[in-house]
Amino acid sequence: MLIKTAKSYDLKESDVTPEDVYLNRRELLKGMGFLGAGALLATASANANAGWFSKDEPIKFKTTPLKYTPDTNPDKLILTPESKVISHNNFYEFGAQKQQPQELAQNFNVNPWQLTIGGACDKPITLDYHDLTSMFPLKERIYRLRCVEAWSMVIPWIGFSLADLLKKVAPNASAKYVLFETLDDPEQMPGQANRRLGGGIAYPYVEGLRLDEAMNPLTLMSVGLYGKTLPPQNGAPIRLVVPWKYGFKSIKSIVSITLVSQQPQTTWHKLAPKEYGFYANVNPEHDHPRWSQASERHITTGGLFARNRIKTLAFNGYGEQVAHLYKGMNLRQFF
Amino acid sequence: MKRKIATANKVLMLKVVIHLAAFLPLFNLYTLAFNDLLGADPVQRVIHFTGIGAFNLLLLTLTVSPLAKKFKQGYILPVRRLLGLYAFSYAFMHILNFLAFDLQFAWSLFFNEIIKRPYITVGMIAFVLLAALAITSVNRLKRKMGKSWQSLHNFSYLITVLVAIHFYWSVKSELISPLFYFILTLILLAFRYKKIKALLLSIVKKK
Repeated sequence: MLIKTAKSYDLKESDVTPEDVYLNRRELLKGMGFLGAGALLATASANANAGWFSKDEPIKFKTTPLKYTPDTNPDKLILTPESKVISHNNFYEFGAQKQQPQELAQNFNVNPWQLTIGGACDKPITLDYHDLTSMFPLKERIYRLRCVEAWSMVIPWIGFSLADLLKKVAPNASAKYVLFETLDDPEQMPGQANRRLGGGIAYPYVEGLRLDEAMNPLTLMSVGLYGKTLPPQNGAPIRLVVPWKYGFKSIKSIVSITLVSQQPQTTWHKLAPKEYGFYANVNPEHDHPRWSQASERHITTGGLFARNRIKTLAFNGYGEQVAHLYKGMNLRQFF
Repeated sequence: MKRKIATANKVLMLKVVIHLAAFLPLFNLYTLAFNDLLGADPVQRVIHFTGIGAFNLLLLTLTVSPLAKKFKQGYILPVRRLLGLYAFSYAFMHILNFLAFDLQFAWSLFFNEIIKRPYITVGMIAFVLLAALAITSVNRLKRKMGKSWQSLHNFSYLITVLVAIHFYWSVKSELISPLFYFILTLILLAFRYKKIKALLLSIVKKK
C-alpha cells in the first residue's frame, strides 16, 4: 500500500513544478502590464491604514499547494480565516507576542530538514523534507484548536496520522510514551537566542504523549493548512496536532520523535508544574490557576464587538473519540 | 509679569503634548480594533495596550515631582493631575475591555475572577484606590478635604506597587519586562524614601 502512495508522490512532484509560476504570479501580472494606476493607489492606501501597528513587510516564506483528500466538514465548523491562523501564533522560538512569529519567521529554512524517529522501536527511520509530504497520502482534518489561554480557532490542517508513522518504526514492548522535540537552532530562531524575545522558556521545546494517545486516529502529523504547506509561524515543515488537548501540546517544527519508557518532562510542565500538566486535556471543569477554563473566545471574523465567547467542551468536543483513554483516571489530579 | 505668562504658556504647551500623546494612541487603537485591523485577536491587544499604558502613565506621574525638584522647575507640578487622570482613564478602559470584550458582560464570571485570581484582585484594589484619587482630584473637593487630601493621595505609592505586582503575576513566563517595571517603580519610590518611611512609621505608631 505504502509503495503505491509513493508513486502518487511522483505525480505530485511534477504538479509542483509550476510552483515558481504560481508564486510569482503578481510579478507575472506586473510584467504583462496588468497593474493599473488604480491598483497602485489601492495598495498605497491599504498600507497607510495599516501603518501604525503592523509592519508591511512582504511575506517571504514560500508555501506550496498540496494534494490531499478534503475533509467534508460534517459538523459544519466555521473556519477561522487563514489570515488570522497565520498571524496569531504562540511559537516562542520566534517571539512570545502573538504577531511576532509571522514577523520574525519568514526567513526560516525548512529544506533540507531531517526528522528522526527512533528510541524503543525495531525500525528507526529518518525522513527528509520531501518524505514529509510524500511518505503517506495526505488528508485534510478540520479541527478545533483550544489554547490554554482561553481562545480558540478552527483550522483545516493537512497531514497524516501519527499512528501510521509509528507503525512504520515498529515500537517495541518498552515503548510507553512518545517524546517530541522542536529544532534547536538559535541562529534561525531568535527567541532561542534572546531570553526576552523567547519568553524565558527552556529550549529546545519538548512535548510528549502516552503511546495510546499518540496512536489515536485523531492525532495528526500536520504538514500543511488551508491547502498549502505550513507557513513557518505555524510550525513548518511538520508539527503535531492533538485536538483534544490544549494547543501547547501540539509541538511545532519537529526534528525528533523518540519512543521512551518513562513519562517525559515537557517544557511548560517543567516551567510551572501547577499550571500546566503533562496531559493538558481540554477540561472546562479544571481551571488554570490564573484564569477560568469554562469558556473561551472563539476567533473567527469581526473586531472588538464580535460576540464570540462560547462554552468550552470537555476534551474540546472530542470526548467520543478519546474519553476512553482516561477511564478511571482522576482528571483533576492528572490535568 | 512677562515671566508668569511665559510659564503659563510652557504649562499649556506641556498639557497639549500630554493630551496628544495620551489620547491619540487610544483613539488609533480603538479605530483599528473596531474595524478588525488589529491582528487576529484585537481583544487581547487592547487589554494589554491599555494595561501597560496605564502603568506607564502612573510611573510618569511619579516622575514629575523628582524632576521638578532636581531641575528646580516647579511650574511642571500641575501636570501631575492630568497624567494621573489619564492613568485612571487607561486603567478604566483596561477593565472595561476585560469586561465588555473579553468576558462579554458575563458578570458572574467577572466577579468570580476578581475574587478567585490573586493577580486580578490586586489589580482591582489598585483600580479602586486610583478611582478615589481621580474623583478627589477636583479642585473644590481638594479644598474641602484639607489635610486629609494629601493623606489620601499618598496612596499613589501603594497603587504603583500593587500594579507592579499585578503585572508580574499576570505574565505567563517572560519575567524580564515585569522585573524592569518593578525596578523602575522602586527607583521612583526611592526618591521619596524619607516621606514613605515617615508614612510607614505613622501607621505603626497608630497601631
